[in-house]
Amino acid sequence: MTPLEFHLPALQVAAPMLLAPVVALLRPRGLAWAATLVASLMALAIAIGLTQGALSGESFSYAMGGWEPPYGIELHVDMFSALVLLIVTGASSIALMAGKASLDKAVEHSRQPLFYSAWLLVLSGLAGILVSADAFNIFVFMEISSLASYIVVAGGTDRRALPAVFKYLIMGTIGATFYLIGIGLIYMMTGTLNLADMELRIHDVADQRPILVAAGFITVGLALKAAVFPLHVWLPNAYTYAPHAVTAFLAACATKVSLYVLLRFDFVVFQQNLLGHEFQFAAFLMPLAVLAILAGSAVALFESNIKRLLAYSSVAQIGYILLGASLVSLAGLSASLLHMFNHALAKGTLFLAVMALAMRFTRLDLRHLAGSAQHMPWTMAAFVIAGLSLIGVPGTAGFISKWYLVSAALEAGPVGFFLIAVVVIGSLMAVVYIWRIIETAWFEPPTEAGEVIREAPVTMLAVVWLAALANIYFGLATDLPRELAAGAAASLLGQLP
Amino acid sequence: MQVLGIFYYWVFAILLMIGFYAVVAKINLVKKLIGLSIFQSAVFLLYLTMGKVTGGTAPIYQDDAVNQLFSNPLPQVLILTAIVVGISTTALGLGIVVRIKEEYGSIEEQEIQEIDRR
Amino acid sequence: MSPETLILAALSIPLAGALLIGLTGRVSPNLREIVTLTTAGLLIFCVWSLLPFVYQGGRPGVQLAEVLPGIEIAFRVEPLGMMFAALASGLWLVNSIYSIGYMRGNNEKKQTRFYVMFAVSLGATMGIALAANLFTLFLFYEALTLSTYPLVSHKGDPATVKSARVYLGILISASIGLLLPAIIWTYSVAGTGDFTAGGILQGHVEGPAVGLLLGLFVFGAAKAAVMPVHRWLPAAMVAPTPVSALLHAVAVVKAGVFTITKVIVYVFGIDFLFSEPSSGWLFYAAAFTIVAASLVALRQQNLKRLLAYSTVAQLSYVVMAAAILKPLSEVGAAIHMLAHAFGKITLFFAAGAIYTASKKTELAQLRGIGRRMPITMTAFTIGALSMIGVPPTAGFVSKWYILAGAFQADNYVALATIIASTALNAAYFLPIVYMVWFEKDSTPPGKEHGEAPFAAVLALAITAALTIAFFVYSAPAYELEAQLVRELP
Repeated sequence: MTPLEFHLPALQVAAPMLLAPVVALLRPRGLAWAATLVASLMALAIAIGLTQGALSGESFSYAMGGWEPPYGIELHVDMFSALVLLIVTGASSIALMAGKASLDKAVEHSRQPLFYSAWLLVLSGLAGILVSADAFNIFVFMEISSLASYIVVAGGTDRRALPAVFKYLIMGTIGATFYLIGIGLIYMMTGTLNLADMELRIHDVADQRPILVAAGFITVGLALKAAVFPLHVWLPNAYTYAPHAVTAFLAACATKVSLYVLLRFDFVVFQQNLLGHEFQFAAFLMPLAVLAILAGSAVALFESNIKRLLAYSSVAQIGYILLGASLVSLAGLSASLLHMFNHALAKGTLFLAVMALAMRFTRLDLRHLAGSAQHMPWTMAAFVIAGLSLIGVPGTAGFISKWYLVSAALEAGPVGFFLIAVVVIGSLMAVVYIWRIIETAWFEPPTEAGEVIREAPVTMLAVVWLAALANIYFGLATDLPRELAAGAAASLLGQLP
Repeated sequence: MQVLGIFYYWVFAILLMIGFYAVVAKINLVKKLIGLSIFQSAVFLLYLTMGKVTGGTAPIYQDDAVNQLFSNPLPQVLILTAIVVGISTTALGLGIVVRIKEEYGSIEEQEIQEIDRR
Repeated sequence: MSPETLILAALSIPLAGALLIGLTGRVSPNLREIVTLTTAGLLIFCVWSLLPFVYQGGRPGVQLAEVLPGIEIAFRVEPLGMMFAALASGLWLVNSIYSIGYMRGNNEKKQTRFYVMFAVSLGATMGIALAANLFTLFLFYEALTLSTYPLVSHKGDPATVKSARVYLGILISASIGLLLPAIIWTYSVAGTGDFTAGGILQGHVEGPAVGLLLGLFVFGAAKAAVMPVHRWLPAAMVAPTPVSALLHAVAVVKAGVFTITKVIVYVFGIDFLFSEPSSGWLFYAAAFTIVAASLVALRQQNLKRLLAYSTVAQLSYVVMAAAILKPLSEVGAAIHMLAHAFGKITLFFAAGAIYTASKKTELAQLRGIGRRMPITMTAFTIGALSMIGVPPTAGFVSKWYILAGAFQADNYVALATIIASTALNAAYFLPIVYMVWFEKDSTPPGKEHGEAPFAAVLALAITAALTIAFFVYSAPAYELEAQLVRELP
């Protein structure tokens, strides 16, 4: 391992974080954006480097300041973190690349350096969560990313974002504080904050009440941050009123990072030690997952603002991710992790297409978008591709994870058939809500006849199409995400059969 | 008395619930934030109490006091960080409330919803 | 050219054609139509060049990508798919000639989109016909559903859009809700979804599960319109007639029965299904659909809706024949796909020609129209006779094989069903034939009309001639499909 490779985990966090204050000082027009994009691409490159390492079997472990774990702070990257790192840095880079024109409209010029600085802090915080192997560090990074994301969500001109962000802040803080209580209780019982160390030491005190209480606090707190139904109420408004590029970025990755921590805690720390944990985990999360799929999709069916429609669809999609995990099997967990990746692709692209649409249409209610595809065929064609991926039509990325999910459910015995029915019903509802948009855009006559509406800027369109084509690429060449997901699932489950 | 013997946990739990109640029940946004601060402070206290060692002093390394009993410093360090996070959250929250007041002319949750509905 | 190249060409020509049609559509309609015809001609060349390979027993295949381990996008030509591809590509050319006459004769809007989506649909049909495994088949099956939606909703008024939604809703929900789980089930128990002579499921499922899985396949492939998932077909009649003719009498509906036949022959294996009593229901479901759809057709007043219900019944002939599970009946199923296609496309062409020439759509308006449109109505009569199964038409040939298969299995219910439905077919087609030729002309004065545009008449004359020709010379089709049986273990 070269010295550079050795430092990659630390650089993953440090590069964007150190650049954040620099960006805040870049006054000239466009420079802050450029610097942010460079930092984000750098982070993406580092994530790719880490992924390559993780795929070749290395797992990066980095002792901050040379203090050996478990005493010092450890950074750790394995396949699971690499997978989510790819999602986070990829989403940030794509959203930035495509979003310049849209953000110029949404954020005043004088505030842009501060806005982009906050963006970098979100990125660095999320990356920090993913590389940390230390429970308290995860909390700190979680708060860094959350605080910064409140800022970017409220960074636009829509005043309705403000109450939405306030709600997001309250619920996010409660979630993080629950998590803090949980790790406090575990620290009391074990005297360690290092996750790997915790797994070993918790064994002696397992099934004492504080540990159970801690498991409860951590699960609920993270479920809140991950917008697991019915703790999702902060999500739809925050996604709807945030600047479009921010929505594309956060919808692709923010909740998934919280799910990452949730799965990591439950499978690495608790699974080996708590008696009947897998049963409790499944019994708690499977009903929530089913409800999330059905309720989230049902609300999306009747929603008329397309951003909010897609936000509710996200609530449902988080349900699919949880559903796979709640099967507590190798197949189920792989399906779940794969769906993280594929859903990020599909939903990110959908929100990017919405962003392109919003360049020309100020109101994003369905009835204002009638016939929009006649003005903006390229944008809406990309939307269709991503929509098909969200539904899970074969040939797109979304199909792959649905396939895995159904196969995993088939292995699960009688309850599996019920779950397949849920997945099928959820997919059919997705057909309907995506189709409502497609039909309105493509097959209805434009309401304002004669008005000339141009296609979105070419640079933006190119990136949107890049993302749309990625949906098809990863629907056909599935090796990378599949290997990562399967490897991550295997390492999470450890000795489980 | 076992129940009273762990009275500091009672303080933690009661403060936590007071804060949580305020966050959920109050419609005034500033009061919600006050509740949130109380909620967080309760957790700070939980951490501080766990680091206390009976008879221990401040964990400052001195040459002449080799075998002295120290309190566990780690929870205090952790909570120092958490306090900073808490302050930032409150500050950001208040900042958002100021902006809400500017935009909506109100900081009552229901009134804001009314205005948005119109 | 090697057969592999031909397969890839057959798949890519319609798509390339669609692109070119889209580009030339802006320049000039004439150029666009030339591109359409050229594309159709090239496709015929490629597909029919594959025939000799299959006759010689070759089963050329090509693999494009491995999506998941064991799950590939791959193509392989075998007799059933070869016939379907040859049929669809051949009739596309005829249909394109007809479309030109129809679309221009009716001054339809958005003609470029129409021709583009038509070519895309044909590309999807080729994918279905040549698919080597269930996954590839499903991929193109869905593509076909989606690409035909703009064609069905072509008119764009609210009533049409509503019908098109029924069309899409039933087809998509059935395929995602039933067909896809069935496919995943198959892959997960058998470890593969490749179409293999003799089937792949034997020993992997047994008992009632076989019947259930078969049910998922049959109702999931809603394009076959086995009741109760047939409602989309009458709904799809809002489409322009060339769409009804090629897609809803040939490509789309045949994709459904093709899927079912292929699943029965190559996934379950007919011997395995025959030995499983839980699969017996399919035969009765198909027989019921035949009789019930014919009864409904009897009551229709609108010509296209009548033809739609007749199609529902005829499709179930194929399903029923396949469900008899005897070698000869499988051949009969395959040949009926062909025979029905010739007859039904002629009928639809005639219906469209009548509409283009006179804007007439209801049965009652057709009195005495035979004297105004002699060629069209002669073709219509031939098509109707073929539906009933009267010699010398194609319908007689396929019924012959189906009946032979039924005797092979001593299946007298099949015999009774075929006799009953022949009587019913006669009961709803013969009055029309009588009416158009022998009753007094009902055309109101001032709405005089003659034949439809030349292109339309030419097309329907060709298909009517094919219907007769197939009766005289059906040996090549039998030869091809006999291989289907011969390669069974």
